[in-house]
Amino acid sequence: MIPLHHVIALSAALFGIGTIGALTRRNLIVILMSVELMLNAVNLALIGFSRAWGDTTGHIFVLMVIVVAAAEVAVGLGIVISLFRNRASVNVEDVSLLKW
Amino acid sequence: MATDSGLLRWIPLLPLLAATIHGVMLGLVRRTLPRGGVIALSCGAVGLAFVVSLLAVFQLIALPPGERVLVDNLYTWIGAGKFSAEASFLLDPISAVMILVVTGVGFLIHVYSIGYMDDDHREDKGFQRFFCYLNLFTFSMLVLVLGDNLLMLFLGWEGVGLCSYLLIGFWYADRWNAYCGSKAFIVNRIGDFGFLVGIFLLFAAMASVGKPTVAYRDLAASFHLIADMTVTLPDWLGWLPGAPVWKLPTLIGLCFFVGAMGKSAQIPLYVWLPDAMAGPTPVSALIHAATMVTAGVYMVCRMSFLYEAAPGAAALVAWTGGITALFAATIGIAQTDIKKVLAYSTVSQLGYMFLAAGSGGYAPAMFHLMTHAFFKALLFLGSGAVILAMHHEQDTDKMGGLRHAIPRTWLVFLVGVLAIAGVPGLSGFFSKDEILLSAYTAEKIPGHRVLWMMGVVTAAITSFYMFRLYFRTFHGDFRGHGRLDKVHEPPSTVLTPLYVLAGLSIFGGLAGLPQIYGDWLGVKDSNSLANFLSPALAGHHGHAVDHATELQLAALAVLAAAVGFALAWILYVQSPELPRRIRESLGIVFRAVRDKYWVDEIYDALLVRPLVWISDRVLFRAVDQGLVDGALVNGSARTVQAFAARGLKYAQSGFAQSYLVLMVVGTIAIVGWLVR
Repeated sequence: MIPLHHVIALSAALFGIGTIGALTRRNLIVILMSVELMLNAVNLALIGFSRAWGDTTGHIFVLMVIVVAAAEVAVGLGIVISLFRNRASVNVEDVSLLKW
Repeated sequence: MATDSGLLRWIPLLPLLAATIHGVMLGLVRRTLPRGGVIALSCGAVGLAFVVSLLAVFQLIALPPGERVLVDNLYTWIGAGKFSAEASFLLDPISAVMILVVTGVGFLIHVYSIGYMDDDHREDKGFQRFFCYLNLFTFSMLVLVLGDNLLMLFLGWEGVGLCSYLLIGFWYADRWNAYCGSKAFIVNRIGDFGFLVGIFLLFAAMASVGKPTVAYRDLAASFHLIADMTVTLPDWLGWLPGAPVWKLPTLIGLCFFVGAMGKSAQIPLYVWLPDAMAGPTPVSALIHAATMVTAGVYMVCRMSFLYEAAPGAAALVAWTGGITALFAATIGIAQTDIKKVLAYSTVSQLGYMFLAAGSGGYAPAMFHLMTHAFFKALLFLGSGAVILAMHHEQDTDKMGGLRHAIPRTWLVFLVGVLAIAGVPGLSGFFSKDEILLSAYTAEKIPGHRVLWMMGVVTAAITSFYMFRLYFRTFHGDFRGHGRLDKVHEPPSTVLTPLYVLAGLSIFGGLAGLPQIYGDWLGVKDSNSLANFLSPALAGHHGHAVDHATELQLAALAVLAAAVGFALAWILYVQSPELPRRIRESLGIVFRAVRDKYWVDEIYDALLVRPLVWISDRVLFRAVDQGLVDGALVNGSARTVQAFAARGLKYAQSGFAQSYLVLMVVGTIAIVGWLVR
């Protein structure tokens, strides 16, 4: 058995990496990947707890998260492609139009 | 004790209906009625109102003398706790006289206006609008006199003020007319302020003894509860007579009289009436001779129970009336515009009415109100006929010798002059004598004999300036431009009301024939008017002098009138070059009289200009533009703008990742706080 705190530690680390990536990177696609990373970190935490307490609620929730993540990526990539078509760039600094 | 009558509401409602129809047609539908339609609607409404008034008065007379009160309650206008003001009408002897005068003389003037305002019809300059305003005025005046409480009185009071403004400035394209209309309204408003203060004081006092009401019958019945209350004047008013403790009724009576000063053109608020002559002549006749200006007299008579308990206020009323009568008469002797003479004459005759009312002679005041309505309307309408005949010339310097050119107008005008001068037998003689008698016997008024003498002198001056006007217009040589044969009689719609009014001016005095003359004719209780009015008026009735004295007083008044006539004859018929020599020798005195003692100029310098300056410089530029617009409105906007533009806007960077940083930081903070 893998001790719970190992799983949680890994999940926290992954979540942190994902957050910092989403906040810091300039490439839109990398930001999307970071968000995916955050979601998967959460999945890991849920599975870990589910295994530890023997409760399948966590499993079910993970399945839901995976579905939502997939849909969200589809939409997000659609937006990125549309942005690229209009601005010829995937740099997030080039799309800051709603400003003073 | 009061009887219900469903008739009363129709008296004011008929003119209101006509005015509303005119208003809707002109304002909403924007189509004018044909001339016949306007005439039928307006004259019909007022004529019908007169018929209903007659029926209502017959209904009233059918009741026994002590119970002559008819009531018609429409609905509760204001209901607030224990206080309620009804929209209801009251017909008692005082208002009976008023409604007959208002609707009767009003109807005659409506008919007269058909011919007089003909120009406005042909050139489509507001014929219908004129009749709309006239009807609205009639409605307001009827509400004023028929209302059964002080609030209805005030409603009508303001309504007639408004209509006066609308009608004086009827030909508003000329700015002077609009200015005169505004002047009338503003000066009236000053009086209204005093009136309102009086109403509030009265109501507060009545409420403090547990009877919160403003209805006349309840006030009269419960007035004894507050009749002895006193007020203590503040130190800075200690110089007033009778200070520092005044009877409350005196204060209330004074405040009410301020309202009457404004509405009925007494000193010091009379200045609007001469300038009100800028309006069409029927307006001058109706509003400024027969009806609106008499509202103050009506109000004092209606509140007779108050003035009987407030001798100080009554004395002030009488003295103000007497001084105004004399003062205005002196101005009248030097005016050349035909309507200005009549305007000052009206101010003077109103002074007579207040002289009587203040002396406790409320019935003589009402009597003179009635006869004055007849002969003053006659004189104004007659002058209008002259003006029409002279193609809108009003200056008597350009008239003269008109009696052959317009004989019918001449005759009716002469009747009016004889009536106002107090020639024995005509209506003015009887009513003026009653007034002088009440002044002579008013023991409660300090200096009442002096007041009486002033009345007699005024009678002489009245006779003088009226005959002066008459001679300058109708006798002598024609001094105008153009030819005398171009001057012709006005149409019959103009002349017929004049005939009726002439008849009333001659025979109207019989309604209040004093008993001594009644005894000569073998008529018992000949003074029908005084007997009719006396149950509704407070105070003593009947004369306190014997017949011999009364006849002597009457003879003195006739002598005064004769002196005035003789003087006018000498100056304007016999030796026409004398007036010019007198004018020159009197110099500044003459100019003072002719220029109305410069009262308007003094008011302008002392009151109007400073007020306008304060309104413009201080209130408009400093407060409204500077403070409210500049500092408060624009200033607060600029502050917010500075704050936002200099600092706050940079938060909107459009950079999604900086928003994300804030989100993460916030989430950590919240979770951290929850977990703690």
